[in-house]
Amino acid sequence: MSTLRITFRLNRKEIQIEAAPDRRVSDVLREDLGLTGTKESCGAGDCGACTILVDGESRLSCLMLAAQIQGHEITTIEGLAKDQRVHLLQKTFVEHGAIQCGFCTPGIVLASLDLLKRNPNPTRAQIREGLVGNLCRCTGYQKIVDAVQAAAVSVQEEESL
Amino acid sequence: MKESERHTPITDLLLAQRTHNRILSIGTSAPRVDAYDKVTGRVEYASDYYGNNVVWAGVKRAGVPHARLKTIDSSRAEKHPGFICVLTHENVSGTNRQGVVKKDQPVLVDDKVRYCGDAIALVLAENKTALKESLDLITLDFISLPPVLDVEKAMESGSPLVHDNNSDGNILLKGELRIGLGSAAEEECDFLVEACFETQRQEHAYLETEAGWAYMDEDGRLVIVCSTQTPFRDRMEVAESLGLDTGRVRIIAPYTGGAFGGKDGVTLQSFLGLAALNTKGRPVKMCWDREESFLAGTKRHPARMYYRLGAKKDGSLHCLDVRLYLDTGPYDHLGGVVLAQALEHAGGPYRIPNVVLRGWCVYTNNPIGGAFRGFGVTQVTAAIEQIMDMLADRMDMDPLELRLKNALKRGDKNCVGKTLVSSTGMIDCLEILSKHSVWTERETWKRSGVPFRQRGVGLAAVMQGLGYGPVVPDYANAKVELTSEGNIRVYCGVVDMGQGNDTANLQIVSHILGQNPDRIELVQPDTDRTLPSGSASASRCTYTFGNALIGAATTLMDRILKRAADFMMAARNEELVLVPGGVRCLLTGHEIPLSKIAKLLSHDERVATHHFRAPVATEVITTDQNLRLHGLPHTIFSYAAHLACVEVDELTGKVEIKRYLAVSDCGKVLNPQIFEQQIHGGIAQGIGYALSEDLEVLEGRMLNSNLSTYLLPTAEDVPEIYSVAVEIYEPTGPFGLKGVGEISTNGPLPAVSNAVADACGIRVHQSPLTPERVLGAILKNRGRGEHVEDHV
Repeated sequence: MSTLRITFRLNRKEIQIEAAPDRRVSDVLREDLGLTGTKESCGAGDCGACTILVDGESRLSCLMLAAQIQGHEITTIEGLAKDQRVHLLQKTFVEHGAIQCGFCTPGIVLASLDLLKRNPNPTRAQIREGLVGNLCRCTGYQKIVDAVQAAAVSVQEEESL
Repeated sequence: MKESERHTPITDLLLAQRTHNRILSIGTSAPRVDAYDKVTGRVEYASDYYGNNVVWAGVKRAGVPHARLKTIDSSRAEKHPGFICVLTHENVSGTNRQGVVKKDQPVLVDDKVRYCGDAIALVLAENKTALKESLDLITLDFISLPPVLDVEKAMESGSPLVHDNNSDGNILLKGELRIGLGSAAEEECDFLVEACFETQRQEHAYLETEAGWAYMDEDGRLVIVCSTQTPFRDRMEVAESLGLDTGRVRIIAPYTGGAFGGKDGVTLQSFLGLAALNTKGRPVKMCWDREESFLAGTKRHPARMYYRLGAKKDGSLHCLDVRLYLDTGPYDHLGGVVLAQALEHAGGPYRIPNVVLRGWCVYTNNPIGGAFRGFGVTQVTAAIEQIMDMLADRMDMDPLELRLKNALKRGDKNCVGKTLVSSTGMIDCLEILSKHSVWTERETWKRSGVPFRQRGVGLAAVMQGLGYGPVVPDYANAKVELTSEGNIRVYCGVVDMGQGNDTANLQIVSHILGQNPDRIELVQPDTDRTLPSGSASASRCTYTFGNALIGAATTLMDRILKRAADFMMAARNEELVLVPGGVRCLLTGHEIPLSKIAKLLSHDERVATHHFRAPVATEVITTDQNLRLHGLPHTIFSYAAHLACVEVDELTGKVEIKRYLAVSDCGKVLNPQIFEQQIHGGIAQGIGYALSEDLEVLEGRMLNSNLSTYLLPTAEDVPEIYSVAVEIYEPTGPFGLKGVGEISTNGPLPAVSNAVADACGIRVHQSPLTPERVLGAILKNRGRGEHVEDHV
């Protein structure tokens, strides 16, 4: 298949690539652009390891084709830190021990970000429900729920000051 | 959330994460050393390599369970523009055989196919798409053979053979142990219960599938970077199977994206090696997709377990009779060792004076059974802990009382007659559980359910042996270096597959040498740089390597202090103390930096190594040398008491776990956060095993080899877990520690099953407890108006 010129914003920078329109976004990110923080685990939309944000909403990059990101804003785990500052969620994931092998972590952090945007004050049950599309085989999820909850609480405390 | 408030300075996080400014003490929840790189996506896993000019390698697999290979036709693939070459067993110069104990698995099939995942040909191509298309263009021709599918039928005379030259038909390993009067003591029992339990095949389902890359270095040595638990053993296996000198092979093991036993032993290493020998200097990459990981990876052995358990009127266990059948698939892998471990733990953490244990590990043409967290203990714990509840029910005795009455104490003999000489906290675990609110408030909790949803609670008492057993040396060699710049470099010999042992290593060195983590660098396992230290398995990583590391760090400390004492004209080492960055004289207050001391030491003096070999059982409890070789018995055990609180939907049969308590004796805890991670993660895998995970195989073919039909627990399926550590000091452990990696995965299936029995008066003898099975048992029970337990 011939290639297509695709223009989109990636981690706050406008970029242009040449790619086959049916190339999977996960391959574009990992292989073509070297952003290997986005993981592939099942390649079929079952596990959430390849989660990215498209215009701020979580999407599975293994199920998206290159042509679909034309004109959109893509955020990967590499783009979450900004101006030398990592995201609060990344900090709480570290502090609360939400990371073991780490392979699901980028996807879960991005999915949690989307979750908190939709619901800034979730209950633990709502966090669990919100992360049901992201599999983790190491943690048993409890410390991930702790981390997401801590990030939500921390933001609210800051906002109430 | 305001954008400006979502971010925290990277430097702040580094501070929090590495706690640059203070020594990491033993016993503190020091943040994991790998967490920052993992949460920012910077860690490079073996699957993350996309080098220049890289060749893609892939395997053509059999797809049939039992057949003679007639022809491989690659003529169509050879016309594909991206095709490079195809390699078969004829291109393998070595033994073409691999395996941990028994070398019975071909790298590439050279006689017959023994399971659907058998590798027939290795294909090299220019890119991923060309590889996939080339593999599809290869056709195979077979002569079908009747498959061997059931363990007990496989043992009958006249059964087709998986290995034509195996000395004992389809039996890989059998074992028998008899203690006291054996089953003759059944006559002396007041109560006897009998049941058969069947447990299923479980998939590791690590998020990172098998992956790696390889190249020939400038000296013509083969270098393999791969996701593995066993770099040093891999090196020997690859060298032997491919016909290379061991010294010509180097294995580098980065962090794995999960392993759990499934990367204990060669997965794709020999393929990568063979490929790299044939790429004319180009690097080569291989990454299995999820389906291939299911198809070719090892599984938790399915087990069929016949149990008879008898007790005296006073509640003391009197005799146990067990027959155990494990389906190991076509290759040994670690199947024999799993059987020995299962036999050893078949009687659970109890005193039973009369025991007969018989077990068979049997070849079939089903998927390969291998190492999986729990390692045989998971299966037998499901059996003994359920039959304990059945016995308690029969005797009208409280299940906790029955366990407390029979629980092992230090000095007792376990079910294989081994005297327990290490710390033994089974009773402590049960007693702490009995005082926990999840237990004391259980009746109130059970009564507060809603209509058609029955609540119940269930117990499990668990033990897990640590290390390799009496024959295979369980050793580690640690190496610690004072660098010429005055920093500390730790050469980690055991892979961190996610369990956090790197952080434990950092903590041990920081603690002993009094240095802040920012001055300590960790080197990942690499057969060229780090020293042989065994596998990341068997609950032994921090126990064995930690002990070696204490020795190496202490030796280095001594050398630093001696040289500093000479230089500072101190009378003896005790006048000096290591402080972050240097050595201080306590009498004068004078300090010299480590960078200066480094210049006063030769390179050899700056490097300290220490060898540690784990203690083994001195008692000889069996004369069966083969069982001893396969690891029976162990001498150090961890213990735990688990409590599951479940709700059963009587209309659908769905079981939900609402609360879970685990009280664990794994010795002293070096890092409470990482300890909890192990407990939580093991329980989650055990919950999957209890309720949803079942790799279904029909006629040797998998029916659900993907994550949409093989159901892993999600965040909604795992309840809030209460974890309590009973910190009993283990004198042989590093800072009193025992293993924690495996034990917690053994509790959930029996605890949940006992809770379902408590809730609905039914017992499901086959796991997992799917809604279909539970509802079927509820309806059957209602129809008969009685329990359906297999009472004698």
